[in-house]
Amino acid sequence: MSDQARKQAKARRDGALSDPIFRSGAPGASLRRNVDRIRAALRPETASIRRRAVAALLLATIGSLVFASGAFADFFTPESGGSPNADQIDSLYKIILYIAIVVFVVVEGALFYSLWRFRAKKGAVAAQIHGNTRLEISWTVGAALILVALAAVTFSKLSSIQDPPNSDPDGLELADGVLTASVDMPRPPNGRALVICVSGRQYIWRYTYGADCRRNPFGLVYSYEEMVVPAKTTVVLDIEATDVIHSWWIPKLGGKFDAVPGYKNYTWFKAPKAGETYVGQCAELCGRNHADMTARVRVVTPDEYTAWLDQQRRDIADADRQVQELRRELFSDGDLN
Amino acid sequence: MATTDFATRPVPQVLAHEVHAERTRARWIDWLTTTDHKKIGIMYIVSSFAFFLIGGIEALLMRVQLAVPNNNFLTPEHFNELFTLHGTTMIFLFVVPIMAGFANYFLPLMIGARDMAFPRLNALSLWLLLFGGIVFYASLLWQPPEAGWFSYTPLSNEMYTPSGGQDAWIFLIHITGISSLVGAVNFYATIVNMRAPGMGWGRLPLFVWTILIYALLLILALPVIAGAVTMLLTDRHFGTHFFDPTEGGSPVLWQHLFWFFGHPEVYIMILPGFGIVSEVLPVFARKPIFGYKAVAASTAVIAFLAALVWAHHMFSVPVPTVVLGFFMLSSFLIAVPTGVKIFNWIATLWRGSIVTASPLYFAAGFIAIFVIGGITGIFLAVFPVDWQLTDTYFVVAHFHYVLMGGAVFTIFCGLYYWYPKMTGRLCSEPLAKASFWVMFVGFNMTFLVQHAAGLSGMPRRVYQYPADAGLTLYNQISTVGSFVLGVGILMSVWNFVRSWKTGAVAGPDPWKGNTLEWFTQSPPPVNNFDEIPRVRSVEPMKDIRRQVERQSGIEHDQVTQPSTTA
Repeated sequence: MSDQARKQAKARRDGALSDPIFRSGAPGASLRRNVDRIRAALRPETASIRRRAVAALLLATIGSLVFASGAFADFFTPESGGSPNADQIDSLYKIILYIAIVVFVVVEGALFYSLWRFRAKKGAVAAQIHGNTRLEISWTVGAALILVALAAVTFSKLSSIQDPPNSDPDGLELADGVLTASVDMPRPPNGRALVICVSGRQYIWRYTYGADCRRNPFGLVYSYEEMVVPAKTTVVLDIEATDVIHSWWIPKLGGKFDAVPGYKNYTWFKAPKAGETYVGQCAELCGRNHADMTARVRVVTPDEYTAWLDQQRRDIADADRQVQELRRELFSDGDLN
Repeated sequence: MATTDFATRPVPQVLAHEVHAERTRARWIDWLTTTDHKKIGIMYIVSSFAFFLIGGIEALLMRVQLAVPNNNFLTPEHFNELFTLHGTTMIFLFVVPIMAGFANYFLPLMIGARDMAFPRLNALSLWLLLFGGIVFYASLLWQPPEAGWFSYTPLSNEMYTPSGGQDAWIFLIHITGISSLVGAVNFYATIVNMRAPGMGWGRLPLFVWTILIYALLLILALPVIAGAVTMLLTDRHFGTHFFDPTEGGSPVLWQHLFWFFGHPEVYIMILPGFGIVSEVLPVFARKPIFGYKAVAASTAVIAFLAALVWAHHMFSVPVPTVVLGFFMLSSFLIAVPTGVKIFNWIATLWRGSIVTASPLYFAAGFIAIFVIGGITGIFLAVFPVDWQLTDTYFVVAHFHYVLMGGAVFTIFCGLYYWYPKMTGRLCSEPLAKASFWVMFVGFNMTFLVQHAAGLSGMPRRVYQYPADAGLTLYNQISTVGSFVLGVGILMSVWNFVRSWKTGAVAGPDPWKGNTLEWFTQSPPPVNNFDEIPRVRSVEPMKDIRRQVERQSGIEHDQVTQPSTTA
């Protein structure tokens, strides 16, 4: 560096102490000024102990925020672990979280730094600055660029969240896709999924098992509140409501899907492991007992699932028979006339 | 102390004098029949603040219920009624009208007018608001509404909510809606027609800019909700089926209509707060606002985009992916002008000489809180993530960060900033700052953990949660925090009440303000100004002070006696 250049750098540095940001000039020059200033702040003779303490504190805060997010992942991130779509939502959330932490630290840091650094002191005169077009344009564009990046990440992850994958080979054996199912219904690439109709009503969930459950539910196995599903099998849910709006939500199995009377809504999940039970509850206000409208999903092995289906079918038939008998008795006693 | 400096520091000149009209009526009749924008403004502020305290009590009752798992302090019916009352009260009876109150009092003063364009219409707005509030709260005597402030159909249809409380809610929307609509027309007409000589659009105070946009948004959004609740009313009582799925109606139509109003409503609530902060920061940083044009333009851009984002409230409703994508992108877009505002505010503080008085505390606290609400808004705008977060306590936390930050903290900022102008007296600064810190800590304690509760699977509007769900600690922290917040608010209330009679006399311009309301006496006389000064910049009071200095030949700060009229 020549003598003259060094002199210029010093002059810049001195000027920079009053302020680098609001001065316009060649972009390269302003960048160099900033770098010089940061260097000056790091040098022991120019950085006061107090300033360094603040810097250390700031670094510690950033560090703890970043590392704590790993340690207390549950505290900071949505539930996941029961299905690939929930896991993908979780990882998308984390990408946003990391960007958000940086934005948070920078903006709040700038705010508190200015409040502390520029509080009124004797003899201090406020700089009468009306604005800086280049700076304003650059932070507008900067904010927009972050959002463009977020949008790109979201759309790139979308299909892994929305589109169901094939069942694993050791999942439930399924027939080919049923032609009567709705065209809107998401389906895995090979077309084979276990379809369960979910129907919300005040204040209980009803599940009907079988591909034709929407069009022809009669004779199909059903259950209330607890859904039983085979592990490693893609389950597509056909969600509807019969009275008011409800919302299907099992946090560990993915997002919410509203059950709106007169509309169809779909989601899917694929639980990796048998023996787990996932809990959730209705997430849209549906009346006074909204809080009691719970749901459970019990994951079993494909064999256990087939056995449960048979047992449930027998139980339902049994119950039907008992009701018929009761009705006949009541008729003969004359109570139903 | 800095504040007593303000009180004793001399002022340039006051060109307004009390007009001593003979009092022919009793004082209370005078208040009931007034068309003076200042009296109407005070009645607006006091009555909507009273609704704020009622809404706060409702919130505390809910927090008590949620303090422990499986609590039976409230029945589910009462819990549903409370959150319906709380949401409706805070939105329709507190934030929107108190902003109208500030606008009523200060808009004419800031633009150098002697009253609003239509003083009687102005009185009508106020009384409609009060009657709307009374109609709504009268339902407490029978059966309050319980379908939420959003009243989703079919739950709010007669079949599922037969009680008259739902109709009281509908009438509240109608009556306060007419009140706001009439007020908005009045603000618009006043701003367009009654500005001081020389006050072009480029010299309009930023608070007035936000009120202009607030008025436009109200005019845009209110007819939609008025139509929607009328349709709900006819569905409930006169046999129509707009929203009834069993007769071919659509519950999703209600959601579109409601949120087409509901999202602009969010900006109706926070834009005037942005305006207050844009006035307060330059005054206390002793520095012009950074990028006046950008701050004003971003207000207009926010308002435009506000009409394009409504369906982000409906991401879990069955809608095609392309719609989800559109509303995600439009919600992203609105983050840009909002970010621009925040950067401009921070840049306004940068290299200022910041006087740390109570209005500045609330303005800075607002920015600190609002940034968090803005960031969590990005999470919610990403629709796959929203599927996990929507209708959970994460959303509750998000919009309290936005609305407590954007509205309540800015309202307190405005109250402390303009209290000396409205009453002629200063508030106690130590008590104001103590109140700020208690509110700030209480607020963050209440709502920060609610993000975690929502992420752990706690849905909104549940009156109980099980003991084994891992939600107990979050809820307990939140409940304690809500009471801390309540104490902080009461400290300010006590400050306002006590200072009314006993505060130090403020003088016309205690803060060395930039805008014309500080040009007249505190409180201003009935006619506001004897002579309306010519406006030469966006900070007319600075020009006036400079002019006085030039004419009196002495530096303003060295003057020990109030200078006489030049």
